[in-house]
Amino acid sequence: MMDSGPRETVIRVRSLKNQFGAHVVHENLDLDVYRGEILGVVGGSGTGKSVLLRSITGLQKPKAGSIEVFGVNVLSEEESARESLEERWGVMFQDGALFSSLTVRENVEVPMRSVPGLAPAIRRDLADLKISMVGLPYSAGDKYPAELSGGMRKRAGLARALALDPEIVFLDEPTAGLDPIGAAAFDTLIRNLSRSLELTVFLVTHDLDTLYAICDRIAVLAEKKVLVTGSLEDMQKVEHPWVREYFHGPRARAASETQASRVATGEE
Amino acid sequence: MKQDFQFEMIPAAETGEAVLRLIGTLSVNTVTQVHENLGDLKPCDRLVVDMAKVVRLDTAGAWALSDLERRLTGSGGTMEMRNLSAESAQLLESVRRAMPEKEGAPPDRKDFAALLERIGQTVVAGARFLLELTGYLGLFFARLGRVMRHPSEFRLTALVAHAEDVGLRAVPIVALMAFLIGVVLAFQGSAQLRQFGAEVFVVDLIAISILRELGILLTAIIVAGRTASAFTAAIGSMKMREEIDAMRTLGLDPATVLFLPRILALLVMLPILGLIADVMGLFGGALMAWIDLGISPSMFRTRLVEGTDVSHVFVGLVKAPVFALIIGVVGCHAGMQVKGDAESLGRMTSNAVVTAIFAVIVADAMFSIFFAQIGL
Repeated sequence: MMDSGPRETVIRVRSLKNQFGAHVVHENLDLDVYRGEILGVVGGSGTGKSVLLRSITGLQKPKAGSIEVFGVNVLSEEESARESLEERWGVMFQDGALFSSLTVRENVEVPMRSVPGLAPAIRRDLADLKISMVGLPYSAGDKYPAELSGGMRKRAGLARALALDPEIVFLDEPTAGLDPIGAAAFDTLIRNLSRSLELTVFLVTHDLDTLYAICDRIAVLAEKKVLVTGSLEDMQKVEHPWVREYFHGPRARAASETQASRVATGEE
Repeated sequence: MKQDFQFEMIPAAETGEAVLRLIGTLSVNTVTQVHENLGDLKPCDRLVVDMAKVVRLDTAGAWALSDLERRLTGSGGTMEMRNLSAESAQLLESVRRAMPEKEGAPPDRKDFAALLERIGQTVVAGARFLLELTGYLGLFFARLGRVMRHPSEFRLTALVAHAEDVGLRAVPIVALMAFLIGVVLAFQGSAQLRQFGAEVFVVDLIAISILRELGILLTAIIVAGRTASAFTAAIGSMKMREEIDAMRTLGLDPATVLFLPRILALLVMLPILGLIADVMGLFGGALMAWIDLGISPSMFRTRLVEGTDVSHVFVGLVKAPVFALIIGVVGCHAGMQVKGDAESLGRMTSNAVVTAIFAVIVADAMFSIFFAQIGL
């Protein structure tokens, strides 16, 4: 899927600049995301990973630069163009960001309400399907977000992000705060969904295991821009001190060994 | 993208298999139509679904197909897919595996016993609420006593900060409110008293009603709206972010750190605000009496000093500490009842305001009866 000729760019960020007061977060940031890939965005705390995500999804207005998603300029297009864009992407926020006054099922139904002519009974069944696809039990649909654990809230957030079968999903630290088993299950879930739904995944993460397990490409944020992009093997060769430390540290080694043993036992 | 769906049904021939040819889009936009059409199909033993002309299949479309398959196998038939692309096959497989098994929710009971149960629960919850409020009041006094014995534990900075917040910042609104009440009383009173030629008694009317009742009561209501909600929101958001649990693990007592300075600040500031309200109310009344009735300020003052006993001021201001305790305790208690979600924060904040205002008015009514009984 990845090798077939020139890949279609679905997100194109050029010379992006973000600034809070005197604090410059991004300057001259360029990034391309291709269709069907899982892109992992990494970087130290405070390098603006979430700010980048918020800029691309139009939640944060950048100081300068251009952002195109499916060839549509996120920053300047009119309302109607942006609305159709919003149906083509889904965002999962760090803690799920579920609406606390709605049950999980109603949360998942929210984006579906904008579909004309979708019968309520079918909408309900589809919501149940999405809830089940992200690995939540049927009974979770009737619960309110406050009654769920952190991991379940993340899954429910993913179910809502996937409600309309978007082409891109943005995931903000999907495995942060999950136990290792839950995190591994979440990784598998994202990979399976991305394969079967042909999703493009924009993934902000700190989790090295996630990077090793599911990401096709990695973008490193440092020095206010995307320092380098490439596969894991490419990362090993980068000489930048932060990148070196990140991908050669003890945790990275442990994660790569886990992944190697996983591949060896044929779990892939 | 064309959002169209059509289908052709070729009924069972001698081979015994019926062929269903799907054409167009099977997506969330057409799923209602797909589901309706497929639901009308007559059950048959072997159904072959030809997907050759399907342009787009998403989860919703895959759900409709899986649902059809489930119904067919349920009635003893089989279903087979033909000309399915690899991606669609994978999607269909993930959907098939994830198809939720419905579990019936326990039905809502709506009989008489359930009604009684709900009433009982409400009554018990109400009684428990009063008990808890009393508990918080006791906690406040216990911590106050403790701090008196160990003054080093007391947080003077917090007290001053809260006093500024609940007292100083409330002065403009309280003063304006009281001034306007004075104006209204003078205006309404003069219109009535003029009929009897007893205009000068408007001074007594203003003085007694403001000093005894309205000055402090309306101040307490404004402060309840302003401060009880602020207490609940501040403590509640700390509760939400587990800051209160963090305090406990660090050996800090939330009652001493959070409740004591807040309630004490109210206790100090509410009488002062009440006094300001009294003065402003009299000022407003005097101004209106002068404009409307021609009672000069010096005449107003003479009449005020002669006709109004100082006990009215006492009766008014003695209520202030009680109102302060009610507002503070209700606000802090509501803050501690906030659960993990933002919705409960909002609900408890509005609950706190309503409860505080209501309790203030109830307390005022009880004071009235009490003072009437002892003849003050």
